[in-house]
Amino acid sequence: MSKKIMATEEQIAYAKLLDLGMKAGLLLLVITFAVYVFGILTPHVPVNDLPNYWKLPVKEYLEVTHIPHGWAWVGMVGKGDFLNFIGIVFLAGVTIVCYLRIIPILLRKKDTMYAVLAIIEVLVLTLAASGVLKSGGH
Amino acid sequence: MPIIGGFFPFHIDFVRGAGLLVALAGALAAGPGLLKKGMADLRLALPVAVIASSCAIVGAMIGLALPAKVVNIALGGTILGIVVIMLMAKKSEFPEVKQADNLSTALRISGVYHEASTGQDINWQIHRTPQGLLLFIVIGVMAGMFGLGAGWANVPVLNLLMGAPLKVSVATSKFLLSITDTSAAWIYVNNGAVLPMMVVPSIIGIMLGSIVGVRILAKTKPAAVRYIVITMLLFAGSRALLKGLGIWN
Repeated sequence: MSKKIMATEEQIAYAKLLDLGMKAGLLLLVITFAVYVFGILTPHVPVNDLPNYWKLPVKEYLEVTHIPHGWAWVGMVGKGDFLNFIGIVFLAGVTIVCYLRIIPILLRKKDTMYAVLAIIEVLVLTLAASGVLKSGGH
Repeated sequence: MPIIGGFFPFHIDFVRGAGLLVALAGALAAGPGLLKKGMADLRLALPVAVIASSCAIVGAMIGLALPAKVVNIALGGTILGIVVIMLMAKKSEFPEVKQADNLSTALRISGVYHEASTGQDINWQIHRTPQGLLLFIVIGVMAGMFGLGAGWANVPVLNLLMGAPLKVSVATSKFLLSITDTSAAWIYVNNGAVLPMMVVPSIIGIMLGSIVGVRILAKTKPAAVRYIVITMLLFAGSRALLKGLGIWN
């Protein structure tokens, strides 16, 4: 078995895109959080009211604050708190993009098994992100 | 997650959502450096990630349906069990793997990394790959259920069972979190279990800390890494168990 001395081409490609995505997401979060805490956009849940809600189970919290499930937050990005979901979702999506980046490299190298694994992973993460899967709540 | 859950009054639903996103963010921040240095191994991580991330989705859905008390007791017991295993392990910095198994050979999972503390290049290979992959089913479910990063379980399986060197195990585990926790975090985000006021400052802090931590890991002696991990697990597990039992609220 040949030994790797350096990281592989796909590993470096993944790392470079991950680095870029991570820094962009971090910058995005810093900006949107500043907008939130400085009150530049009015939040949906007033900051002073948060201690009344953060002790509640999530199902009850959503009911009393009238916050919808899933991707409906997109319609609320004009609110200071929900604006932060852009950065949160961006970071949660970086991994999917990194996988998409390495699939062509793996296919070109005829590393079929790992290309299939990467494709499966993209499908798994996309399913999780879709909002189709919901929990019953307690 | 156990630290936030232990010392702040947030409901465990939000603690778990925050925990996953914080662990994910930390892994995203550390991942590039660890991958470029060859300490995190993509070929080791990818098969594991498919299993763990799929099961983390299941775990997240179960976890959001379970009562908080049950989650805390199970979480505490699990972490303390891992501490016992790590304390009893005789040699983990550079495990002896006499022969790579057929599966890891077929997947070409092996490598070399430069150990900065000794100046040596360390060749490594793994064994017991099927058993390790099966355990990652359990780890994935628990990661999603408890809202944890699962590094507490990833590292022992990669290091003690499969035989990867400790630093490769820690680095690959850290990178794995960026995949496993992505899938579970999406479930919590889509079910509303995320409070920006809790999550965002924690994410920013962990990302900045992780960028620094990568540089420290490369130079730290492996034995020191092991004892740091054990100490943190002991604290986290005890706190969760006592909270679930109502002894230390």
